Amino acid sequence: MDCEVSDANANPQSVTKDLTLNLGPQHPATHGVLRLEVDLDGFTVIKCTPHIGYLHRGVEKIAENRNYLQIIPLTDRLDYVASMSNNVAYCTAIERLCAIEVPERALYIRTMVAEMSRIASHLLMLATHALDIGAMTVFLYCFREREKILDLFERLCGARLTVSYPRIGGVIRDAEDEWLEDVWAFTDEFPGRVEQYETLIDQNRIWLQRTKGVGVISAEEAVNWGLSGPTLRGSGVAYDVRKSAPYGVYDRLEWSVPTGTNGDVYDRYRVRMDEFRQSNSIVRQCIEALPEGPILVDDPKYALPPKESMFEHMETLIHQFALITDGPPTPEGELYVATETPRGEFGVYVVSDGSGKPYRMKIRTPSFVHISALTKLCIGGRLADVIAIIGSIDIVMGECDR
Amino acid sequence: MEPMEITHALESEFTSDVVEVKTFRDQVTVTVNREKIGPICRWLRDDPRIEMDYLSDLCAVDYPKRELRFEVVYNLYSLAHRHRIRIKVRLPENDLAVDSVVSVWKAADWFEREVFDLFGIDFRNHPDLRRLLLPDNWRGYPLRKDYPLKGLEDWEYPEYEEAMELHRRDDEWTVK
Repeated sequence: MDCEVSDANANPQSVTKDLTLNLGPQHPATHGVLRLEVDLDGFTVIKCTPHIGYLHRGVEKIAENRNYLQIIPLTDRLDYVASMSNNVAYCTAIERLCAIEVPERALYIRTMVAEMSRIASHLLMLATHALDIGAMTVFLYCFREREKILDLFERLCGARLTVSYPRIGGVIRDAEDEWLEDVWAFTDEFPGRVEQYETLIDQNRIWLQRTKGVGVISAEEAVNWGLSGPTLRGSGVAYDVRKSAPYGVYDRLEWSVPTGTNGDVYDRYRVRMDEFRQSNSIVRQCIEALPEGPILVDDPKYALPPKESMFEHMETLIHQFALITDGPPTPEGELYVATETPRGEFGVYVVSDGSGKPYRMKIRTPSFVHISALTKLCIGGRLADVIAIIGSIDIVMGECDR
Repeated sequence: MEPMEITHALESEFTSDVVEVKTFRDQVTVTVNREKIGPICRWLRDDPRIEMDYLSDLCAVDYPKRELRFEVVYNLYSLAHRHRIRIKVRLPENDLAVDSVVSVWKAADWFEREVFDLFGIDFRNHPDLRRLLLPDNWRGYPLRKDYPLKGLEDWEYPEYEEAMELHRRDDEWTVK
């Protein structure tokens, strides 16, 4: 659209034009392979069209052709920043489908590792978000702590990122006392670390100018757009799946849901900072209340039997064979199970036809919905705000494109 | 409200449009007349007893053997009342179209585009119905059951050939 410049000082011959700018897909500030088509009037964004699909691997199609046990590693690769939470989400869904009673100890361990992955994920979010806006020191500080959590994960299950640690009916390895002590030591020092991050940026004038009043979305609109997690809570809606439909042991622990008020980038950042402390407290409570007992359901239809007994007992071998070749038996039916991953509501809608493979598995991921809302969030802001907004809604493209 | 109470309220409001009610693990699935999906969704959102203000998920399922081959599934949630319900519509293969619910929930925008992309279901009055995850020139709808896992055999990649041609000509531009 061409328009005349009204400023008398300007060259009367000159005209201004709207500029369409392509952002991404290969750009560090888009947090993965996200492409944005931004229409600009000067520096003001008048339209923002996200393009996704660069990381589409057809996870839902692959899942239809694999048995339930083989899908766990696929869920690692959705939200690779917090794969533990995805595993827990998927396993919770299948357990509810098959009405499996998970042992207490496994539930506590799962809740604990899910919260640890929430801390690790929020650390990555804060680190890259701050780096995008120009606060580089925070990046290094956050990665220092994130590294510790990843090391703890590695000691627990042998993998840092794609953990595949929970199983249908429990978890695969027990948390040993020494490991628990080290997690306890981490939770001791972590609140102090959060204060460090806060001293770095909370009162920083540049940080405040870049985040306050930027990317505002009202509570009503945020709900209508389907936002969830800290992005929704920043607008003052106290919706958290862990509270509204508890799974794991969240209903037995003392914790609160932090919310913001203004629904801007700053409030979303603040919500995550408060969640650090809540998650930290949940991890501590889990360690304190951790009961003794089995970590995997004692049902050979769903859980692989111990290796030693497989060499001695014929029946165990048969169970193992049946479970690997046919998958676990499921009742015919359909179920939508939502869980709270670091980014928001992660839903698994599974349709079972009674076989060992899902007939259809739809994965509702928060990043997908959040990116669709970029159209709304970016309008009226400056071009530089787009970068701040992308950081604040905390997206992972693996999860968005599936 | 319990999911069954919502279903009864829905049945008394839209008597002739509820096709089937199913319960599984305390979750209720209500299949409704597809022509009425717009008014039903609006009513579910606006009725103060139900207030389904949050569209958790929208997706489709393919049942090739059924007469009405496709199902579009709406997973609804109410933040105020903390209850869930699942609404479904069934579509025949020769008339794959259903009214869009973007005017009720903005979240439906991309969900519907995704279903259009992967199942080829048309959403009437959708503001911007384009392929979402796949390239615009993609052939076929991958999440249909008759689409092979490894993709279509006779697939051609004009862009790929183009890119390879450019790659072959790399030497011409390199400073030696």
